[in-house]
Amino acid sequence: MKTESKLEKVLAAGHLAVTSECGPPRGASAETVIEKAKYLDGVVDAVNITDNQTAMVRMSSFAGSVLVRQQGMNPLLQMVTRDRNRLAMQADILGAYALGINTMLCLSGDHTRFGDHPMAANVHDIDSIQLIQMVKKMRDEAKFQGGADIKGVVPKMFIGAAANPFADPFELRVMRLAKKIAAGADFIQTQCIFNIDKFEKWMEGVRGMGLHKKCYILAGITPMKSVGAARYMKNRVPGMDVPQELVDRMGSVDKEKQPEEGIDICLETIERLKQVEGVAGFHIMAIDWEEKVAEIVKRANLYPRPQA
Amino acid sequence: MITAERKPLEEILAYIKPFKRILLLGCNECVTVCAAGGRKEVGVLASGLQMSRLKDGSSIDIREHTLERQCDPEYVEELVPMIDSADAVLSMACGCGVQQLAMRFRDKPVFPAVNTKFMGGSDRHGVWTERCQGCGDCLLGLTGGICPIAKCAKHLMNGPCGGSAGGVCEIGDDVDCAWHLIWERLKALGLTDQYMEIMPAKDWRPAGGGGPRKIIREDLAE
Repeated sequence: MKTESKLEKVLAAGHLAVTSECGPPRGASAETVIEKAKYLDGVVDAVNITDNQTAMVRMSSFAGSVLVRQQGMNPLLQMVTRDRNRLAMQADILGAYALGINTMLCLSGDHTRFGDHPMAANVHDIDSIQLIQMVKKMRDEAKFQGGADIKGVVPKMFIGAAANPFADPFELRVMRLAKKIAAGADFIQTQCIFNIDKFEKWMEGVRGMGLHKKCYILAGITPMKSVGAARYMKNRVPGMDVPQELVDRMGSVDKEKQPEEGIDICLETIERLKQVEGVAGFHIMAIDWEEKVAEIVKRANLYPRPQA
Repeated sequence: MITAERKPLEEILAYIKPFKRILLLGCNECVTVCAAGGRKEVGVLASGLQMSRLKDGSSIDIREHTLERQCDPEYVEELVPMIDSADAVLSMACGCGVQQLAMRFRDKPVFPAVNTKFMGGSDRHGVWTERCQGCGDCLLGLTGGICPIAKCAKHLMNGPCGGSAGGVCEIGDDVDCAWHLIWERLKALGLTDQYMEIMPAKDWRPAGGGGPRKIIREDLAE
């Protein structure tokens, strides 16, 4: 075992892991974070705390993670390279570990043009792969990125990265994953999967290179609340692949029945993905719908969670 | 080349409002090629300024001149005989030229008439795109001759982000995904194995992170 991470223990024991996410508020209310996180208590193995997602200012991922930790849950600290340079990120990694956070996700982040501060500088001192390298070097070599020794306690983070099997060029997507694993990624959380055929094709490539044996792959799942949400994700969210038949299926039922249809689609997706060799668990991104995660986990027979 | 675009007329007029005698200077290099501050643009701006001031009922005396290179002290010396008869200088060169003038003529107000944009090249007539950010440690030999620092919106050095779709960047349909272009080029060159090399975190000192940059060529410096 590389770390004390609960997520690592669950995965190493061979269980299908379950993670979910909690987006911090656009305000300074600790209660909001705690309230959202409580829906996930005992239901998932780790709770992703997003880092200024969609480039909108929110309470920091670090603070959100500490609040979740204080509730006795396991936060998964997301970190994007868009907003801070390597000094700031390493400082936060030390601080986060000191406060009991041992699992993180390394991302480049959405471009500022999508958010509420399009005039801000995009930092990108390092990219997501270099961030993975940096966290690994801190953990395994007890050294900062610049080469100096870490004094005293070394931050031992279980290192996650993202993968989007639906972005282009498709033929590069497996190699991009291989590169993240070579850099030091221990686990992967994928983009939301709606196009299962394409995901299976990507997984074939992943297995072809033996990558599923070098790293745990958590399949990204998002329940759709309405046909409007389905259309929005299909047309407006960069890197999303929502097949037209799913949009049509959501639209084929009455408005009040659509949330139920969305949950059904999500459960069918989980069942099909359980059959895919190399899928080590699920990352359920119920955006502003955290209260539904427990139901999804239970109905998908992923409950109770192991006490690893 | 260094590209530039002329500032709005109102902004230029505001700079020179207190002055009557203006020396308006073009540059024969990059800004001429990108049609922002050469001899022709100097003439167009001079007429525009004159017409605006006439409309306001105030007069202006504009002397037009275009230097071979405004960033070179040798050519700037040419201005010595004409500088005293001007209250202010308006430069249509890039920021390098404007600063060369300000350093040489310390008691003379110097204003920029263009916004310096980027180091780029021409895609087709009338269209210029960014190619280089002057990072001081060229990577083009590893990326098929396409720069991920200048052409990727996130400066990603190890491949495309999850927002690349159909060869286009997530920030807009008019922006190519740099890594899509790099990948296609590596394929054409039979160098796809090169993609698997992890490019380590960049040293930004030569890119300006180490403070203002300077080149000293001992063999040439006097």
